[in-house]
Amino acid sequence: MSEDILESLDDMARDALKEIGNIGAGNAATAFAQFLDRKIDMTVPSVNIIPLAEAQEITGDSSQLVAGVMLKVMGEAPATILFLLPPESVENLVGMVADKEVSFEELDEVDISALEEIVNILSGSYLNALNRMTGFNLVQSVPDCAVDMAGAILSTSLIPVGKTSDYTLLIDTQFIDQGEKIEGYFMLIPHADSLQKILNELGFDL
Amino acid sequence: MSADEIKIRMAEYGVVEAPGRLVTIGLGSCVGITLYDPRSRVGGMIHVMLPENKKGLKPAKYADTGLPLLVDELEDEGAKRSRLVAKIAGGAAMFSISDNSSLNVGERNVEKVRQILNDMDVEIAGEDVGEDYGRTMKFSAEDGEVVVSSHKKGEITL
Repeated sequence: MSEDILESLDDMARDALKEIGNIGAGNAATAFAQFLDRKIDMTVPSVNIIPLAEAQEITGDSSQLVAGVMLKVMGEAPATILFLLPPESVENLVGMVADKEVSFEELDEVDISALEEIVNILSGSYLNALNRMTGFNLVQSVPDCAVDMAGAILSTSLIPVGKTSDYTLLIDTQFIDQGEKIEGYFMLIPHADSLQKILNELGFDL
Repeated sequence: MSADEIKIRMAEYGVVEAPGRLVTIGLGSCVGITLYDPRSRVGGMIHVMLPENKKGLKPAKYADTGLPLLVDELEDEGAKRSRLVAKIAGGAAMFSISDNSSLNVGERNVEKVRQILNDMDVEIAGEDVGEDYGRTMKFSAEDGEVVVSSHKKGEITL
């Protein structure tokens, strides 16, 4: 049962998933840095298996206004990718890419497209790494952006995993650019059934 | 006034009596439902994620298995089923991608909640549902008042 997998994942499997997060996010951070032509740091990815009830608060205050860009991952192991950015980071990041002053309260279509394109690039390199490690052919949907309370964006992104489990696995990394004060949470949320497929490819007999 | 707010998280529910207060934060496609008995001044809230529990998972996550649970608990605390009035909020479409049925889940949640409340003969006294923004729902068992707040529309009293 998929439910059992999420509840009973051992340390070795967790480490393997953390490694996926590490390599995937490392790839994404490199692409991010190249795209922006500046140094981007990332935190060591964390692998969390938490009850859905706790998931709305993983980035802190769930009522906080943020921008969330979501992508669907399709193929052998469906998943959801979500990139959450606080207002100041959106302004700095989009401002840097578009080379203009950006106000979070007045984001226009061009600003949103810029943000979506950045997440597109990050996710693409993340998935490339995941595909190399597993031999899968995962592809991503077009990105979609919502500007709203963090909890509402998170809960909506968790609907697919919620259909088959009361828990969620989150592999998340924080990207940080110290100079321009850009920080964001990049999350890979594998659907419950995908977890077994990923771990099987990595040599785990579940 | 002095009663603390009890937070109802996703896929959870809770019941209070006056002057108790309940709150659920960040309803996206999820739906928050409050049920209130004005006579006994007992009320409850549930935060459901999905319409139907087809796989025997956590009952409070779903409209069809969660609402009966909430009603049972309310009756245990002295509410009467025939006097219950409902208020609902949420069921938004947060993202505009429309090629995935799961992203239309907000609408399906609201539909299911309506149907179940109707089956239980519970009247819906107020609602703020659909559209494309997140909501926070606050409930007071003092008078059954519900305040829905959002970044987009501010506060609406149901």
